[in-house]
Amino acid sequence: MTGLERGAGMDDLLQEFIAETRETLEAISGEIVAWELAPADGARLDAIFRFVHTVKGSCGFLDLPRLARLSHAAEDVLAAVRDGKRTPDTALVNAVLGIVDRIAQIVDGLDSGTILDDSGEDLLIAALAPDAQKTAPAAAAPVGRSASRSVRLNVDLLDHMMSGMSDMVLARNELARQLRDSDVDPKVEAALERLSLTVADMRDTVTRTRMQKVDALFSALPRMVRDTSAELCKAVNLVIEGADVELDREMIELMRDPLVHIIRNCIDHGIETPTARRAAGKPETGRLVVSARQSGNQILIEVSDDGQGIDVARIVAKAAEKKLYTPAELAAMSETSRLQLIFAPGLSSRDTVTATSGRGVGMDVVRANIEQIGGRVVLVNTPGRGLRIIINVPLTLSILSTIIVGVGTQRFALPRQAIEEIVMVRGDQVRLDMIGDAATATVRRKRMPLVSLGDLFKLTKDTPPTLVIVSTREGDYALGVDTVLDTEELVVKPASPAVMATGVYAGMTLPDNGLPMLLLDASGIAAVAGLRFAPVAAADAVILEEVVPGIPALLFDDLDGQRRAIALAVIDRVEPVSTEAIRWSAGAMRLSVGDAIIPLYAVGNFASRREVAVLRLTDGESEMAYAIAEAIEIVELPFEIAPPRGSGPIAGVVLIAGEQVELIDPHALFSGQPVMIASPPVCLLQVDGSGWMETFLKPALEASGYRCVTSLARGETAAVALAMEDAPPCEALAPVVTLRRSKSADGDDDASIYRYDRPALIAALAARRAV
Amino acid sequence: MTDLFLVAHIAGRGVAIAAAQVDSVVDIGEIVAVPRADAVVRGLAALRSRVVTVIDTGIALGLSRTPDTMRRAVITVVEGHHYAILVDSVEDVAPFTRLPLSSGLALHGGWAAVGCGLVERHDEPLLILDLAAVVPAPGLAA
Repeated sequence: MTGLERGAGMDDLLQEFIAETRETLEAISGEIVAWELAPADGARLDAIFRFVHTVKGSCGFLDLPRLARLSHAAEDVLAAVRDGKRTPDTALVNAVLGIVDRIAQIVDGLDSGTILDDSGEDLLIAALAPDAQKTAPAAAAPVGRSASRSVRLNVDLLDHMMSGMSDMVLARNELARQLRDSDVDPKVEAALERLSLTVADMRDTVTRTRMQKVDALFSALPRMVRDTSAELCKAVNLVIEGADVELDREMIELMRDPLVHIIRNCIDHGIETPTARRAAGKPETGRLVVSARQSGNQILIEVSDDGQGIDVARIVAKAAEKKLYTPAELAAMSETSRLQLIFAPGLSSRDTVTATSGRGVGMDVVRANIEQIGGRVVLVNTPGRGLRIIINVPLTLSILSTIIVGVGTQRFALPRQAIEEIVMVRGDQVRLDMIGDAATATVRRKRMPLVSLGDLFKLTKDTPPTLVIVSTREGDYALGVDTVLDTEELVVKPASPAVMATGVYAGMTLPDNGLPMLLLDASGIAAVAGLRFAPVAAADAVILEEVVPGIPALLFDDLDGQRRAIALAVIDRVEPVSTEAIRWSAGAMRLSVGDAIIPLYAVGNFASRREVAVLRLTDGESEMAYAIAEAIEIVELPFEIAPPRGSGPIAGVVLIAGEQVELIDPHALFSGQPVMIASPPVCLLQVDGSGWMETFLKPALEASGYRCVTSLARGETAAVALAMEDAPPCEALAPVVTLRRSKSADGDDDASIYRYDRPALIAALAARRAV
Repeated sequence: MTDLFLVAHIAGRGVAIAAAQVDSVVDIGEIVAVPRADAVVRGLAALRSRVVTVIDTGIALGLSRTPDTMRRAVITVVEGHHYAILVDSVEDVAPFTRLPLSSGLALHGGWAAVGCGLVERHDEPLLILDLAAVVPAPGLAA
C-alpha cells in the first residue's frame, strides 16, 4: 500500500490528504496531551474523534486500506466512549493515541515513499478492546519525515498577492518616471535597475503560483476513455504525455469540458470498431494520444488518434444536405475550409445520433469555448489514418499577449491571437476602395471589408495609414488604425457592464504607464460596424482565381496501363468500388453508388477484378466516375501542355518528372456523358388522373435532368411546374409551363406547348426555371 | 436608527450617501475616454492598480455634463466593479437618521431614480443618493 504505485492522477489528491492530515495532527497534538492527562474530558475526545473520522473518510476514497482499518477501529472505540458505553481509562487513551501516532507515521511514510511494515498494527487494534492486556505500544521505527514542501493556500490570497504585485510594478514605474525627469546619481539608477529586475522576477513567480500541472486536467481521462470505449465497443489505448506542463488554474477548469468533448468525439467518430480496424490493416486497439507542451507563452494540447480521420466528402455532403451552404459555395471551398465545416453549428458528421457524442451541438461549442479563452483549434486530418486536434491556449487567462494600436490620441490593445498581419496602406500590395458606401481593402488581391477604428470611434476622420488584418470566426477584415505601437503582455480584467454594453471591448487593462487601456473585441467590432461575412467560400474563391501557377493534379495509372493525370479540383474523392456495382446499361457504363446511378468512364477492362478504384469527379453540379488502376501521387501541372492529336477525353500531354503523361480533359468527359445532376431541380407535375404525365412525360423529363414529383414534400420547393391546359394548378407553387393537346397554338399569345414537342418543352422548362 | 452618511455636493445640491456604499473618496487622475460608450460613462481611470469606470454624475442625473475640472470622486463597488462617481465636493461623514421621502415631494428626472430617502442635517434636508442607482444598469446599450 503506497501512494507511489498509484496513477499520477491520484497524486494531487494524496498530497492534499497528507497535507490536511498533518495540519490536523499538529492542531490536535495539544488535545492529545490534554486528553492523556484527563481521560474523562469529553471536549478533548471530540477533536480526536473528528480527526479519526476524517482520516477514515479520506482513506476509503483514496483506497488506503491500512489507514482505513486503523482509523475505523479507533473511531469505533471513541464512538463507544461518546455514547457512554465505555469509560476512557488510561489503557484506552494509550491505545487510541498509539493509533493516532501510527497514522502519523504512515502518512509520513506515504509522503517520503517509505513503506512501513504493518506488523504490530493488529496489536494496536487489539489494544483497543475492553479486555485488552496492557500491551507495550509497538515501538515503530521512526520514519524519516520528509520536510513538507507544500502548503495549502486560498486562491483569494493568491489573487490578492497578484494585485499587490501589479501595484508594486506601478509604483516602480512611477519612481522610474520621477527619476528620469531629474538628474540622478548613477548609484540610485543602479539601485532602481536592481529593483526593476527583482520586481520582474517576482511578477513571474507570483504568476507561477496560479499555475497547476495540466495533469489535473488529464487525470480524469483514463477512466473516461475506458468507459466511453467500452460503451461503444471499441478498444482504445490512451497515452498521456507532458502531464507536468503547467497551466493557469482557471484555464484548466475552462479547458475541462472542451477536452472531454473532443476526446469523446475521437473515440466515437474517429477510432473504428476492432473489426473495421482489422479490415483496414490496423491494430485492433486504437491509439489515442493526449499531450501537452509549452511553446513560448502558449500551451499546446494535442489530441491525436489513429482512427479513420474526417471524411471530408461526407461532411461536405452533410453541409449541403442541411443547407448550411449552397453546393456552389461548397464546391468553391478549399480543403481546409471544408474540414472546418465540422465546427459549423448544427452539423453532426455521424449519421446516427449516439449517446456519447450527441447530435452535433458539440464541436461548434467546443471551438467557441476555446476561442473565448483566447485559444485556437487546429485540425490536421489524414483520412484513413487519423486526426490530430491541436488546441492552442495562452498560458494564463489573465495575461494576454496583445498588440497596442493608436487611433487619434488614444491607444487600444488587440489580442495578438486575432491578428493575421499588419500592413501599411502605402505600398502596392494594398488598395482601399469604396464599394457603394462600404469601405474595402484589397491586400494582395484578397478583398475584405475595412473598418476604420478612428471613424467607428469618432476619433479621427482621416484615412487610416495602417491596416491590421483581423481574423474572426465569421471572417477576416481589415481594421484601420493610425499606428501600431508595441506588443505587450497585459493583465486583462473584465470591464464594467456600462463599458461592455458597447459591444466592442473585451476587457480593460492597466499597462505599465499607469493609464487604463481598453482591449478591443475583434468580433464585436465587426458586428457593431455591421459587417456581414459571406460564408468562407467567397474568400476562397478569390484565392482560387489567383492561383494560376501550378494546378495540382492527381497522377494515376489508368486501366490501359497508361500513366495519366487529372486536375485535382474535379476529383471529389477516390474510392474503391465493387465491380458488381458497374453495369453496361442503356448504352453507357454506369456505376451505382448507394441509391444513385452515375455515369462511369473506363478506358480498359476490369472484368477480371473484384474491385476497382474510381475517381469520383464533379463539376459542382453533376457527378461521374472514372475507373483507374491505381492512384499514384499529387503533382503540380507544368504550364506547357502539348496538344493532343485525335479524339478522346485527353487535353494534351504534359511532362511530369521527365515522363510524358496524358492529361485528362474533364470538360470532354462531362460533355460526352449524359449529365446526371447531383441535386436535380424539381419539376412539379400537375397530374390530371389520366397517368399520361407520369408515364409519358416523367422519363423524358428525368432524362433532361429534372426530378419529377406529383406533390411537394414538406420543405421541398419546385423549380418549375407542368400542367395541362384544362387542369391549371390550384395554387402557384412554381412557374408553370402549360401543355396543350392540339399541335397548333391557339393564337399568338398562347404560351402553351404542344405536349409531344419535346425540344420546345425542355426549352420552355429551362426558360421558366430561369425566371 | 442612525446610519453613517457621507455628505457631498452634486450639481450644486447637498446629498447624503450611505457610508456602506462608499469605498473611498479620491481625486482621480487622467480619464481615458471609452468610445461608443454611453455619455454617462466619462471614461476609465487608474486607482492604484485598479481600473475604475468614471461616471459623469451630471449626465446620470439628467442634468448637464460635469465639468472637466471636477476630479473628486466617490468610489463605490457595484456587482464587483469599481466605479468613480464624480462629485462637486465632499464635506464629512456623520451619523444621521434615515427618513422616508416626504410625501408630496416631487422629484423629477434623474433625481427621482436615485433618491431613496432623506436625512436632516441641522434642519436642512438632504436627499439620500443611492450610488448603485447612479451606475448605469447592465444592458444599457450605447
